[in-house]
Amino acid sequence: MADALIFDHVRTPRGRGKKDGSLHEVTAVDLAAQTLDAIRDRNGLDTTMLDDVVLGCVDPVGEAGSDIARMAVFKAGYDTSVPGVQINRFCASGLDAVNFAAGEIISGQHGLTIGGGVESMSRVGIGASGGSWPVDPSVALPAYYMPQGISADLIATKYGFSRTEVDAYALESQKRAARAWKKGYFKNSVVPVRDVNGLTILDRDEHMRPETTMQSLASLNPSFEGMAAMAGFDAVGIQAHPEVEKINYVHHAGNSSGIVDGAAAVLIGSKQAGKKAGLKPRARIRAYANIGSDPALMLTGPVDVTKKVLKRSGMSLDDIDLIEVNEAFASVVLRFMQAFDLDGEKVNVNGGAIALGHPLGATGAMLLGTALDELERRDLNTALVTLCIGSGMGTATIIERV
Amino acid sequence: MAYQNFTVETDKDGIALVTWDMKGRAMNVFDLKAMEELAAIVEDIATNDSIKGAVVTSGKDSFCAGADLTMLEDMLGAFTKQAAKKPEAAMQMLFDESRKLSLLLRRMETCGKPVVAALTGTALGGGFELALACHYRVAASDSNGKVGLPEVKVGLFPGAGGTQRLTRMLAPIDALPLLLQGTELAFSKAKAMGIINETVPAADLVATAKKWIVGGGEGVQPWDREKFKLPGGPVFSPNGMQTFAAANALYRKETFDLYPGIRAVMSAVYEGLLMPMDIALRIESRYFAHVLRTPQAAAMIRSLFISMQALSKGARRPAKVPATKLGRIGIIGAGFMGAGIAYVSARAGIPVVLIDRDQASADRGKAHTEDLMTKAVQRGKATEEAKGKVLSLITASDDYSALKGCDLVIEAVFEDRGVKAEAMAKAAPYLSADTIIASNTSTLPITSLAENVADPEKFIGIHFFSPVDKMMLVEVIMGKKTGDRALAAALDFIRAIRKTPIVVNDGRGFYTSRTVMTYIREGHMMLLEGVPPAMIENAGRMAGMPVGPLSLNDEVAVDLAWKILQATKKDMGAKAIDPRQEALLEEMAVKRGRAGRKAGKGFYDYDGRKKQLWPGLAEIVEPKPAESFDIEELKQRLLVAQALETARIFEEGILTDVREADVGSILGFGFAPWAGGTLSYIDMMGTDKFVKTAKKFQKKYGERFKPNALLVDMAAKGDRFYVRFNPEKTRKKAA
Repeated sequence: MADALIFDHVRTPRGRGKKDGSLHEVTAVDLAAQTLDAIRDRNGLDTTMLDDVVLGCVDPVGEAGSDIARMAVFKAGYDTSVPGVQINRFCASGLDAVNFAAGEIISGQHGLTIGGGVESMSRVGIGASGGSWPVDPSVALPAYYMPQGISADLIATKYGFSRTEVDAYALESQKRAARAWKKGYFKNSVVPVRDVNGLTILDRDEHMRPETTMQSLASLNPSFEGMAAMAGFDAVGIQAHPEVEKINYVHHAGNSSGIVDGAAAVLIGSKQAGKKAGLKPRARIRAYANIGSDPALMLTGPVDVTKKVLKRSGMSLDDIDLIEVNEAFASVVLRFMQAFDLDGEKVNVNGGAIALGHPLGATGAMLLGTALDELERRDLNTALVTLCIGSGMGTATIIERV
Repeated sequence: MAYQNFTVETDKDGIALVTWDMKGRAMNVFDLKAMEELAAIVEDIATNDSIKGAVVTSGKDSFCAGADLTMLEDMLGAFTKQAAKKPEAAMQMLFDESRKLSLLLRRMETCGKPVVAALTGTALGGGFELALACHYRVAASDSNGKVGLPEVKVGLFPGAGGTQRLTRMLAPIDALPLLLQGTELAFSKAKAMGIINETVPAADLVATAKKWIVGGGEGVQPWDREKFKLPGGPVFSPNGMQTFAAANALYRKETFDLYPGIRAVMSAVYEGLLMPMDIALRIESRYFAHVLRTPQAAAMIRSLFISMQALSKGARRPAKVPATKLGRIGIIGAGFMGAGIAYVSARAGIPVVLIDRDQASADRGKAHTEDLMTKAVQRGKATEEAKGKVLSLITASDDYSALKGCDLVIEAVFEDRGVKAEAMAKAAPYLSADTIIASNTSTLPITSLAENVADPEKFIGIHFFSPVDKMMLVEVIMGKKTGDRALAAALDFIRAIRKTPIVVNDGRGFYTSRTVMTYIREGHMMLLEGVPPAMIENAGRMAGMPVGPLSLNDEVAVDLAWKILQATKKDMGAKAIDPRQEALLEEMAVKRGRAGRKAGKGFYDYDGRKKQLWPGLAEIVEPKPAESFDIEELKQRLLVAQALETARIFEEGILTDVREADVGSILGFGFAPWAGGTLSYIDMMGTDKFVKTAKKFQKKYGERFKPNALLVDMAAKGDRFYVRFNPEKTRKKAA
């Protein structure tokens, strides 16, 4: 089996995913194409050597529909021989796209691929692609369907995280993200989004709220309580975890991931193909794994999939220098740290989606890039990237520098 | 053409008036013959050029009560017989047969001519589905009539287009509650919702219906028109997604996913709304045939329809005794139970003498009726006139001589032998030799209470449930010497107040109290094992019980549970009780004064209508992590404990009819209706598996799970309660 080497990573800044967000005027395919442009240009890549572009996208409808990866190839002016495929595993799509692209290398079938993702949440609303999960009784019932936020509250209830604890975690995310930006830790990877004339539209993450305090967080009302009571989702959670008498609603906009627009791309290949293209490997994909997990808790997949990937690769968490766990909700990361008895020192060291935002299809690839940059900056070796996933799944990837 | 069930008269305008009037039945129902005849009539309407349209009405003051459920039972019987040999063909037969009414109604609505339903009165189930398939609906405003699709209440679901037409007339958010709960709507409400087009006095019903046709009413349903839009919008729209996501969650919240019939409604509606009508109806039929085959539907139809009706009509009444005259009844004790019995009696038009030790107490008892009637008037369920009449039927008094001339006297004083004896002694001088005397008690042995009266043959136990106006069951208890006349009187009275009786023999706690205590006890034992309290409570509800065992104990009163345990210990010895349970109840009720809901604190803390499990329970027993327990096993334990106790009671001869065990368990203490009751639960599991499960629990949790000899014998022989004790056969043998 070939090694899948990581040659480079780029991402767009994350624009606020609303009508007043800076990237709202930029099409989804343009966001994806600009990351393809950047990764080609800064590596002097001859795109005829590329075997595939795999992009994650969670709501692949409307302008993001059909096969946005192939469309981005056109828009970026890649050689027409470069195919593209869009995949969807909800919030981990971006990391799964990287894993799929790596798998193509590992299997020996491809030499050079791109994995990444894109989501324009301001233009294609969350949930726009529909699907049977919430609505078809034959699916919704065994899946214990409920909105993610209620699952996050169920996790907080079951594992005992108070409102103060989740808020404190959110505050730390803001602080770490602000510091990382201030110190320029993201500058290697973030490529500004430009207009057709080359004018910069956005060059930094705009969802951050560095002014956040415990007091400002405490003033926010829980977001999911009303919906849970009115639509009966509280009962769904309780019937799945009957030791719970009632759900403690602790999550709100300030300790949940931000809705943003963005895209990312990771250039991956075999040693041989890299050499031929004149690329210098930065890391290799050591292992990856997927798993289905408790659907009602929904967002505890990172715990299960981390156990799985560590076991399969014969590693322990002590072998891991840095960990990125997607901050879908504060309780997700708190549960992860609780399950593995971790303090926060090596987890999400530059903040996460609570401060920076979570462009669904792209986040996984962004986290991988953030981990890689930080390994290099600290001159450490190994990182684990993992995300929780709608309907109860987890994806994890372990990378190590070469 | 002449029909047995219908008459058809076509007027000068070419409008056929189809009048449904089944001979020898109080209400019209769809049986095979009625369906066959209606099919012929519909064909005639469709093909006979001289017929321009039709009005379907009823010759009775109700329209139609739905399908004849025994027809479905027969269909299922035929299927089961064939299924062993040719499963595929049997399934096809069941599918084809069970959708006949659906196809017939579809033929009617697409026959090209306008058809109007003229509802003389209540139209339920298939009857309402017939009306929904008509192009226009007129209902009698002066009829007290209702429409509704109550099939889910007996484990089925509307299989003749109800799920599809209602959701094309109303947005799913409005239609689903009617379908999922089987809600019945008064005509006025149905009209306000747009399900009925017009309400007019019964006398104008047919003329109004015809007028709509003459006025140009078209024989095309909205959903068969090209530009039809679903009232709630497409399923895959933001609105539709929200509705169905919430509906699935609410379905689970309300049903704990225990009812295949209700779940099938959800699926039929979701899948059906994605398709045009003909395919949608086929989808509905597929689910209908599927639901018909579920053991839950079979058990629910049997217990909640067939058995309940048989018992309500007096299946256990001694046939030779002439009808009891209930000119006036006496009630001694105007407390909560006595006052409730007075209310239901007066509501049934029976004059009542309500006695208590002083006038004020008696008056307070009567005031209970005034309260309930005032509420009924406020809700539009009764008129001021009716309220006055009901109140005028109740005479509240502290004078026992007012009992003179009563045909039946019910003693409903405090549950204490002495108090009861005193009440009987005071009443005795005013009772004639013919007066039947009943004692309302939930625990005291009837045979010993009979010693308080002159003639034990005329004495019987009647156990009402609280609150009397809501609870449908009455447990009748035969003392050793109770005679047929007393039994007939009790059953005649219960029928008059429109409740369902079960008749049991005397024994500690009779049937219902004794069995429900095993549910509560199992909750206590789980708590002592370290099961998290919320998990115990949720396990109860998820098994299909109306409330968790700890909550129920709070309602019954924790100190009462303690007293009952002490009494049992005193009467039957220390071995008859579990010392761990005794210690828990002593800690709760005696040492900590947590007597239950009435005290505002028990296993729960109460704050008005809000309640929360008492956090201090953790001090008494430290809960273990939820992961140490299997929720499925907890659920099963709670039901097995009750079913096993029922089997013992049956073996002891306290219960003598399997139907009474089942109906009594559902109506008396809400035992898992999906299972059809305690003994149906055992039959559904199979006696062999049940005994194995009980033995497993016996090993793990103690002797209280030891299966009784009868069950062990039945398991060995592969027998079931409804086979060995088949009520049909038992009845024939007795006759």
